[in-house]
Amino acid sequence: MNQLEIRDLWASIDGETILKGVNLVVPKGEVHALMGPNGAGKSTLGKILAGDPEYTVERGEILLDGENILELSPDERARKGLFLAFQYPVEVPGVTIANFLRLALQARLGREVGVAEFWGKVKRALELLDWDEGYLSRYLNEGFSGGEKKRNEILQLLVLEPTYAVLDETDSGLDIDALKVVARGVNAMRGPGFGALVITHYQRLLNYIVPDRVHVMMDGRVVAEGGPELALELEAKGYEWLRERVKEGA
Amino acid sequence: MSEVDLKTLGEEYKYHFVDEVRPVFVAERGLTRRVIEAISYHKGEPEWMLKFRLRALEIFQKKPMPTWGPDLSGLDLENLVYYVKPAEVRDARSWEEIPEEIRRTYERLGIPEAERKVLAGVGAQYDSEMVYHRVKEELERQGVIFVAIEEGMKKYEDLFKEYFATVVPPEDNKFAALNSAAWSGGSFVYIPPGVKVELPLQAYFRVNTPEFGQFERTLIIVDEGAEVHYIEGCTAPMYSTESLHTGVIEIVVKRGARSRYTTIQNWSTNMYNLVTQRALVYGEAFHEWLDGNLGSKVTMKYPSSYLLEPGARTEILSIAFAKTGQHQDTGAKIVLAAPHTSGTIVSKSISKGEGRASYRGLVKVLDGARGAKANVECDALLIDPESRTDTYPYIEIEEETAHVGHEATVSKINDEQIFYLQSRGLKEDEAAALIVRGFIEPIAKELPLEYAVELNRLIELEMEGSVG
Repeated sequence: MNQLEIRDLWASIDGETILKGVNLVVPKGEVHALMGPNGAGKSTLGKILAGDPEYTVERGEILLDGENILELSPDERARKGLFLAFQYPVEVPGVTIANFLRLALQARLGREVGVAEFWGKVKRALELLDWDEGYLSRYLNEGFSGGEKKRNEILQLLVLEPTYAVLDETDSGLDIDALKVVARGVNAMRGPGFGALVITHYQRLLNYIVPDRVHVMMDGRVVAEGGPELALELEAKGYEWLRERVKEGA
Repeated sequence: MSEVDLKTLGEEYKYHFVDEVRPVFVAERGLTRRVIEAISYHKGEPEWMLKFRLRALEIFQKKPMPTWGPDLSGLDLENLVYYVKPAEVRDARSWEEIPEEIRRTYERLGIPEAERKVLAGVGAQYDSEMVYHRVKEELERQGVIFVAIEEGMKKYEDLFKEYFATVVPPEDNKFAALNSAAWSGGSFVYIPPGVKVELPLQAYFRVNTPEFGQFERTLIIVDEGAEVHYIEGCTAPMYSTESLHTGVIEIVVKRGARSRYTTIQNWSTNMYNLVTQRALVYGEAFHEWLDGNLGSKVTMKYPSSYLLEPGARTEILSIAFAKTGQHQDTGAKIVLAAPHTSGTIVSKSISKGEGRASYRGLVKVLDGARGAKANVECDALLIDPESRTDTYPYIEIEEETAHVGHEATVSKINDEQIFYLQSRGLKEDEAAALIVRGFIEPIAKELPLEYAVELNRLIELEMEGSVG
């Protein structure tokens, strides 16, 4: 029950089926990686978990600690403790990070959050991310570089403290220093009360966030699972190797 | 910026209450010579002013209704009451002198409290007359004048005559002529050379009589090197029939002076709000208009700055919010008439439901205004598919060395932004309200705090249940 479980999930956008029966379990307390070639449906899965209305779910279930959340709106899912770190966070001009983050924290906790409590949390998160306080008065993602946007996603993760997080290609476009900072943020969240699904195209990130399990998606399904060594094997042999193996198996 | 205040969400327009006030004199309906004479008689005016009014009445009667801009066909000028004297007391110096029913209204609106806490002076107009005016004593000692315009006319006649109707003459437009004929109430402000008034002066306008026209007239003279911030706020209860508010604001900003005029009109949505605001800005002086249009049925208002001497500068910031049944036809006008003058216009409008917001602006650079610079930025946000916005930017440049820029954007609330904010736990309408607040933030942050809070509250109220 204490897990994020995806059961036989089928989904489409504009009539095109992207997810074709995804099965995947992330137990609370574990960090899993989701790998796969471009177009496998990894990012789609992330957005559907968060409730993106652009997609139509045709079949299946998403169970958060045993409760099916498919009928819930994105904000209800978030308040239940699900978090998506976006691959491409949008800009919201005129809304400061501080103002937005406090509103989000209040929504997450379902109560007023005093200034002292809020600053306490934010300061710790900023220190961990090596980030300047000045960012808090910047407008949400406006004019941010790719790296700043990713760091801002991890800042939100640290402050909102979700139960389950999905990180969608948080490593893409990051230099090695930024990558280490992001990994530090995610690793700080690790513990018995937190589960994460780290979506990545490359093995590189997994040197810093060592996963408990690795799942591989292809053509809208999870086709392979294994320990951290699976990621290394994929890195060495490429996705074509796995594609061949899947074909042989089928 | 304030947070989402759940306690006040879902409240209706909170100024709808009707006051139990029995006026001491009500003019007959319509605008006739007899009504003008009655207004003049009740004010005990000098003869020259009655002549001015009657001349303006002729101009008003001759000028046709404007054929451009919003639909004014619902405005029945024959049926309006043009003058209501609420009480015998005029321009009291303490709230105690004001009849209790009227005083209660201002207490309900929080004016005496604001006066104690954050303002340098307060004026309060009720229907046709200013019932209260007071400026802090130390400012009075420095020669600051902040009184009802009628008192300005009588007590400071020479100063008054030197400037009155020189910035906005009755010939300017039909509604300026109407105001010139029927004017009543408004403030007379004089800031002596070098005096800097740190806290704002605020005038508060309340209309209580139905089918009524309020014609306040304000004259502000900011002498050389002086500084002032003047705020005007407006409310009225909702009646089933239309009312009219036609103000004329004249401001003279002398060499090296700085002034800011902030208006937040939140009239009920049966009000026609047709206002002429103009400032003459002299050498190295700076004038700022901050204009918020939230209420009314139709608003036509284009605050204007005439930059008359070298180095004069102006900034005009405006926000308009038009919901179903409202047409906000607002904008700005800058005339750059001297070398090295500069002006900026920033206009942001939000249209919701079938609301319509129009930007109408003029930037004019006269021949010889070497190196003059002006920049216009107007952004419109549409909430619903049936919402409407129009832009009418007029630019006339007679001077080769001038530089004028114009930028306009129209945007919609973006689904990706909504999803992103929702994924952090904000409800859909909270997310939309946050986006709207962000849109106007560059202007809202310039507002006095209580108005910024009020603006946020209004946006949250308007956005509640508006999407999805």
